[in-house]
Amino acid sequence: MLIRTASDVTTRDLPSDITTKSAYLNRRQWMQQSMALGLLGGVGQAWANPSIVAPGKLPALASKHTDIDGAMAADVPTAYTYASTYNNFYEFGTDKADPMRSAHTLKTKPWTLEIEGLVKKPLRLGLEEVMKLGAMEERIYRMRCVEGWSMVIPWIGFSLSALIKHADPLGSAKFVEFVTLADPKTMPFVGSRILEWPYVEGLRMDEAMHPLTLLTFGMYGEILPNQNGAPLRLTVPWKYGFKNAKSLVKIRFTEKQPATAWNKAAAQEYGFYSNVNPNVDHPRWSQATERRIGEDGLFNKKRKTLMFNGYESQVASLYSGMDLSKNF
Amino acid sequence: MHLQVGMNWRTLFVSPWAKPVVMFLMALPAVWLVYAAFNDLLGANPAEALTRSTGDWTLRALCLVLVITPLRVLTGTPALQRFRRILGVGTFIYACLHMLCYAWFDQGLDFNDIWRDILKRPFIWLGFSGLVCMLPMAATSFNAAIRYLGVKRWQMLHRLVYAVAVLAVLHFFWMRAGKNNFAEVAVYAAILGSLLGWRVRQALKSR
Repeated sequence: MLIRTASDVTTRDLPSDITTKSAYLNRRQWMQQSMALGLLGGVGQAWANPSIVAPGKLPALASKHTDIDGAMAADVPTAYTYASTYNNFYEFGTDKADPMRSAHTLKTKPWTLEIEGLVKKPLRLGLEEVMKLGAMEERIYRMRCVEGWSMVIPWIGFSLSALIKHADPLGSAKFVEFVTLADPKTMPFVGSRILEWPYVEGLRMDEAMHPLTLLTFGMYGEILPNQNGAPLRLTVPWKYGFKNAKSLVKIRFTEKQPATAWNKAAAQEYGFYSNVNPNVDHPRWSQATERRIGEDGLFNKKRKTLMFNGYESQVASLYSGMDLSKNF
Repeated sequence: MHLQVGMNWRTLFVSPWAKPVVMFLMALPAVWLVYAAFNDLLGANPAEALTRSTGDWTLRALCLVLVITPLRVLTGTPALQRFRRILGVGTFIYACLHMLCYAWFDQGLDFNDIWRDILKRPFIWLGFSGLVCMLPMAATSFNAAIRYLGVKRWQMLHRLVYAVAVLAVLHFFWMRAGKNNFAEVAVYAAILGSLLGWRVRQALKSR
């Protein structure tokens, strides 16, 4: 069967070294203890309540340990509750609670990913075929939104490079363009004038091939909830969150730099690269600091944003010799 | 009979309870926000929720304070005038809370950072200018100030509220401009624009 159902996903073999729910529970316990010690402080003792563990309503997605350098952030993961209720997914509305409320209409089965452009042979792959192109790994990444807040999310997926190798792009391919679903029937804001639809993102080939660039199918031990970009999305941890295109339908190899959604909407505010950079301000706010969702109390000072979101030692070489304030 | 009902409706405004009730209603959003902040009801990013809500309530209060005079004239209800001060001071308090949220949650109460941010970013500068325009009005919002300044001069001074309305809409517009998300901005601009437009027409008529 080409397209497998949810139950197929759950009954797949579980390697022994997946991150178990008890591991998350330990992290939660750690967090509660820190709260008790007043390390995290802030208004909300209540912040100890939102659970780090996924509620278990979605099928589990097995994964193994990763050996990729920098792929397991030591930060405390953000509560699942926050990661799944505070989302920017403009196809479903501009309020961060809109995706959680409206994305249930997204139909993720069957799902086809098209691979086209400068490749030897264009491909149309069912989701299950895509999922077999690499071994699922859990990666704990920091996620820094361009708006000045951040989360830490345990994603599940494999390096995009595995798919690119399978796609076998031509030597002339210099960029990868990511096209996301734009279905006006299920996505109420497709057609609004906020952005040009479909939402398009892009990476330079070397960025796309970087082992940290993750083709993502799950989070917190489960398949992705719709509001987080089910059934597959991109996660590039050293770039601002909007680079992580959700609900991918097409991957296109191009010679020219793709015209990306936010860059088309406001070129002076959002550049093609959009690497996390505390030294380059957004025109309307500073990018020097950020608020970690659920962890930094209301009255805590915001924490310092790290160059390349803390992935400098892994990715800085990609940009050597580039003026990052011009190529923001 | 019909007249009787109309009379009753207007007597509500002159009841000794009217002002405390309006004050209570004005305070409700702020009370709710404080309660919600302490009980973790503001979602994943309480700082953002507080900053945005206090900004929204400033705009709403500004609409209310500016609707008093047109409503009073158009419906012939002089008693409405009694609520203008409460609504005006309420608007100022929400603007102060909005500024406080920005200064505290966004800038960590670092006054050097705040000052630099205000000078550097037109969108922040516009909002801050709106607040500064409110200061002389807030400082003269008691009867002795009216007597001291004289009604004419006091009225001139309080026409600053029109500048506040323009600055507030521009501040909101600029904040949303990056996302081309103007639906809400258009609502406030239309309300405040027609309230200011009505005044311009009145002024032209009385020439």
